Amino acid sequence: MTDFGYSINTSSRMNLDDFDKESFDKLAEMEPDVRKCMACGSCTASCTAGKFHETSLRSAILALQNGQEGKAIDFLKGCMLCGKCTMVCPRGINTRHLILSILKVYGTK
Amino acid sequence: MNNNILIVGGGPAGMEAAGMLQRLGYNTMLVERSSKLGGHLAAWDRLFPKGLQAKETLDRLTAGINGVKYFLDTDINSINILDDSFNVILSNGITILAKAVLIATGFDLFKAEKKEEYGYGIYDRVITNADLEAYYKTGKSDTIQNPKSIGFVHCVGSRDEKVGNLSCSKVCCATAVKQACEIKQRFPEAQVYSFYMDLRMFGRYYEDLYLEAQKKYGIRFIRGRVSEVSEKEDKSLLVKAEDTLSSKPIKVSVDLLVLMAGIRPAEAGKRVGRMLHLSNEEDGFFSTKDTIRDLQMSKIPGLFFAGTCTGPKTIPETLNDAKSAAMEIDEYIKQNFPDRK
Repeated sequence: MTDFGYSINTSSRMNLDDFDKESFDKLAEMEPDVRKCMACGSCTASCTAGKFHETSLRSAILALQNGQEGKAIDFLKGCMLCGKCTMVCPRGINTRHLILSILKVYGTK
Repeated sequence: MNNNILIVGGGPAGMEAAGMLQRLGYNTMLVERSSKLGGHLAAWDRLFPKGLQAKETLDRLTAGINGVKYFLDTDINSINILDDSFNVILSNGITILAKAVLIATGFDLFKAEKKEEYGYGIYDRVITNADLEAYYKTGKSDTIQNPKSIGFVHCVGSRDEKVGNLSCSKVCCATAVKQACEIKQRFPEAQVYSFYMDLRMFGRYYEDLYLEAQKKYGIRFIRGRVSEVSEKEDKSLLVKAEDTLSSKPIKVSVDLLVLMAGIRPAEAGKRVGRMLHLSNEEDGFFSTKDTIRDLQMSKIPGLFFAGTCTGPKTIPETLNDAKSAAMEIDEYIKQNFPDRK
């Protein structure tokens, strides 16, 4: 391709039509509380791993809802399953079980 | 000596106050400009938070105004403030000398076509909360044909300086969540999106409604205001917004888009307000005597307010406001006309 000295970036716009409903329903079957998240950010704020590596359950759930499964897994890579987020979640979500369920449904290993 | 009280507006506020004042022994008259009582309530199917039939509430209000004289299809032609009463001439030629007047002129829904970027009145499948409620009530609609995906847009005409309304309409959040659950009851397979800026679930049971919408119905709440809507060849709609929680623009196709039109002061009420030279606040609703205690009082002795003519209110709030207004009127008459009976 001719080098014009500039390039075009792909759009950062997310397309919700790409949302993988089937997998998400499967996840919700394993851990129904995934639907209860109200995006308060308590989990992210209390995360011990988050200090060193961008770790956020809230962002992971959101990424799944936005059809960005790879990104969701990235948000959970640093998780050490310490369970602090379970203690702070105001909606009483079993966050550890949720994280494990996400990895089961969307993880490659 | 007469003990006439005139109520302007036959919606929930006017009806509730009329019933109470009648039971308190006043000769109560109600003026309604449309051809039936009940206001917006009469056009609604079910009420948040618990899905009670609107008709049930309306029937109770109707039973409550037993004995009240009411005039339908009637406007106020003029109101003159006399020394200790009001001389009111109605469009049907009747003149009433009233000791007190209660303004219960309510609200108009924001005209959604003013938000042109959402396409109401332009695209077939863009409807309003009132249109959806009419569908729930009648089961009939040309636009709603087994939609696979549905979007709800909060704050249409609210919190929007550009359309001249800075304030929150208060009831649309709970209405949107209620309507979203109801659409899932009808179309369980549909994907439902709710575009909000803040979810203002302030009342008793509202948070439960929100939780139910998420957990039971799987409604997808997206924090971001819809910026524009366009129609595709197949008449479905492309909705653009930002998912502000991930700071990324999003797009999504929907088969039906419901605009949550907000609450604006009724034009007919403004007309009555001008006759009485009533002042209003920047939000367009009538100014009350103060903003904490005297919410049913105007600055004119003998002239009172009830319901949404002084700002957005839920139905229970409106009914409470009407009861308070009736008590205030009773107190006012007792103080100023001790020999009234």
